[in-house]
Amino acid sequence: MSESTLSRRQFLWVGAALGGGLLVQVACRGSSAGAESAPADPKTTPPNIFIRIAPDDTVHVTIPKSEMGQGVRTALALFVAEELDADWSKVRPEAAAYDPQLGSQGTGGSGSVLDTHSRLRVAGATMRQMLVTAAAQQLGVPASELTTRDSRVIHAASNRSLGYGALADAASKVAVPTNVRLRKPAEWRLLGRDGIKGLDAQDIVHGRAKYGIDTRRDGMLFASVERATVFGATVKSFDPSGALKVPGVKQVVEVKGVPDVSVHAGVAVIATNTWAAMQGRKALKVTWNPGPHAQESSASYTAFMRDAVSKPGKEVVNRIGDPDGVLAKATEVIRADYELPFISHATMEPQNCTAQFSNGVMELWSPTQFPDWAHSAVSEHLGLDKSKVKVNVTPLMGGAFGRRINPDFSVEAALIAKAVNGAPVQVLWTREDDLRHDFYRQCAIHRLEAALGPDGNPVAMRHRFSSPAIDATGGKSGKFGAGESDGIGNHVYRVPNRSSEYTLLDSGVPRGWWRAVNTTHGTFALESFIDELAEKAGKDPYEYRMALIDRWVVDQPQDSKEFPFNPARYKATLELAAEKAGWGKPLPAGHALGIAQNVPDHLTYAAEVVEASVTNGKVNVHRVVVAVDCGRVYNPDGARAQLEGGVVQALSAALGEEITIEGGAVVQGNFETYRLLRIHGAPARIECYWVTNDDVPVTGLGEPSVPPFFPALANAIARATGKRPRSLPIRV
Amino acid sequence: MELTINGKATTVDGPPDMPLLWALRDVVGLTGTKFGCGAALCGACTVHVDGVPTRSCSVTLRAVAGKSVTTIEGLAAGGTDHAVQQAWTELNVPQCGYCQAGQLMSAAALIDKNVNPTDADIDAAMQGNLCRCGTYVRIRAAVKRAAEIHRGVSA
Repeated sequence: MSESTLSRRQFLWVGAALGGGLLVQVACRGSSAGAESAPADPKTTPPNIFIRIAPDDTVHVTIPKSEMGQGVRTALALFVAEELDADWSKVRPEAAAYDPQLGSQGTGGSGSVLDTHSRLRVAGATMRQMLVTAAAQQLGVPASELTTRDSRVIHAASNRSLGYGALADAASKVAVPTNVRLRKPAEWRLLGRDGIKGLDAQDIVHGRAKYGIDTRRDGMLFASVERATVFGATVKSFDPSGALKVPGVKQVVEVKGVPDVSVHAGVAVIATNTWAAMQGRKALKVTWNPGPHAQESSASYTAFMRDAVSKPGKEVVNRIGDPDGVLAKATEVIRADYELPFISHATMEPQNCTAQFSNGVMELWSPTQFPDWAHSAVSEHLGLDKSKVKVNVTPLMGGAFGRRINPDFSVEAALIAKAVNGAPVQVLWTREDDLRHDFYRQCAIHRLEAALGPDGNPVAMRHRFSSPAIDATGGKSGKFGAGESDGIGNHVYRVPNRSSEYTLLDSGVPRGWWRAVNTTHGTFALESFIDELAEKAGKDPYEYRMALIDRWVVDQPQDSKEFPFNPARYKATLELAAEKAGWGKPLPAGHALGIAQNVPDHLTYAAEVVEASVTNGKVNVHRVVVAVDCGRVYNPDGARAQLEGGVVQALSAALGEEITIEGGAVVQGNFETYRLLRIHGAPARIECYWVTNDDVPVTGLGEPSVPPFFPALANAIARATGKRPRSLPIRV
Repeated sequence: MELTINGKATTVDGPPDMPLLWALRDVVGLTGTKFGCGAALCGACTVHVDGVPTRSCSVTLRAVAGKSVTTIEGLAAGGTDHAVQQAWTELNVPQCGYCQAGQLMSAAALIDKNVNPTDADIDAAMQGNLCRCGTYVRIRAAVKRAAEIHRGVSA
């Protein structure tokens, strides 16, 4: 694709909008380079983004991505607004309902900007050119004499101008340009600028923003569900009489578990308001069949995983050279085990979904990251034809971090709505429900063993690890080591003899995609161990890494075909982090720096330096420096927000978060036992720096600042105190 | 139950033991106040009761009878945004935004009585409000900026 022109014929459709104005429909889907050039036919590849200029000048952008705080509505609208030369204060984002014809509508993997930005720019430029053409006709001047600014077409020579709203109808009737010129970066007024206001911020600070929990429908009922706390338990019997006596309670229904999508068995109390439903639930009497997982515990998992990493893994993810032979003959083997617990997403908005079953049609208002999956799962598990299921995505969702990928809360609400049959019903989870029925970041134990050569560099490194794999949730079988080892099995340090081996832990606990997924545990182990090796070799950990960075050598997990690993970018990112942090310079007494990076996470290169100290048994994080290469940064303030958020979320997990299992159930219930970071624990400073790199595709930012934080903090604490934390959460 | 909500005398048709949070959301129809934990542990439901920041999930309708309740919808008095609302948008504090109604109500109460808060003041006043998106560093900056706005310092 050239930067300045791009044919619009393959993916743009232009016309008049219903109710007046100019409407452009854009087909943006799939991802990356292939999607940019593939021709699209509106019959087979229908448009999925809609941009409408209304007669009142507002620009409505309907976005088929879920807004969960990552700023996707702002980011995607920005591309349109830049090329359109729109007044940013008049741009309005709208959520798209799920349309099964449109293909994937999932939000995850930090890919939204990568997927869509080029086409959105062309759409904006096309609209702008049509508005200019319409203005030229109305003003009787050549289009070449016209300029645009803030949603107006301006004829400076005659001091006349026309607003986009007034021109929109006429613009919808002019010939659609075949090629449009995109603005050069030097001409940008919005893209790349600091201080762009988030499109939802005004609604948020006035309490007008609508989350899943704020869905309101006429005649709506509210439900609270007593779910099995032991994973896999089923309802043996229940007595609804107490619940039915609570004023406002209308109905009590059993929810059959759907193990395939981790809908837990339970009993739902349906009432005229949330409080009545919760009170009714307390008055329920339920007895349970404990099921097959009732004997599982964190202790039993740890015992299994410790044993598993002490011997050859069941699955060899990759092996290069003869690591076992070299280690067997080595005079000294450096060995370390790293242990990580289950952790919860703990979104501030607990899971919820509103559903209505009426005249054979199931309609959902769901705060979901993946309406596609909600749609297919509701259809499958309720036995409804896909045409009888409609999924609306709520405008906002109160955090997601991967939790809202799973369709469990959507399917559960649909099951309850089916039983209610008629009225819409909002199923709201309590905090305890949410913390006890998550899809947790899996627990894991990694053992790393290495032998060093005479130069201090590793000649062999063996990695053995065990976890309950995300994809094995629900007892699924298969090979999981490649996915689970992402971030460590595929490390890019030069080690001539290396291997990664995996052993699956069986568990009834559902596992899911927690911000940055497997790299959150693998990177902690790898980057802690590299520091341990550097220390053994008597070398500076930054210099040690720089000297070891090599290339991608393993087949599993694979390198990206489209965006292969580039060691120069990896080194430049690490170098920038070290430079900005003042690596090697004197620090206040008791403070130390820790450095770490990660195998490109969602194609983005990130490195971090953490300045920490430990006083009175407390970890203090004074400063965090994040360096990132994600290609061009289009919305710097939004990009920084994502990196800052990732750092704070990782700090929270590193110091306080742990889900433990006893008797097959989660022990923690609310925030007094599941301890999220509070403001007084937040770093004094988080600084974000970009490796300027405009010649590579733009890649994601939602997740990459999370993985390197864990080892960077551990490395800082080890250097500050001489005691290395090897398990999370860190206890000092 | 009779009380004043955002300056308006209001009769709320709910049982006396219903928490204010659910009365606001499900009975009165003001959904800006959010449910986060139900146990006064996260601060998402913070409102002002007679000017004092209060967790509405843990105070009953009976307890606020005759009192004046201000929610996020009523924070911009007389059509002018409160200094914290101005600072929050100026510094792009919200990410998902779900906790921010509670953050803003706690911050507004702080600014209204302390026009020059230090980091320690801010940490003390705001530590009951959780944010999972990790906006804490910006919240500290925005509270200071709000205090400046309150004192009449321009951007």
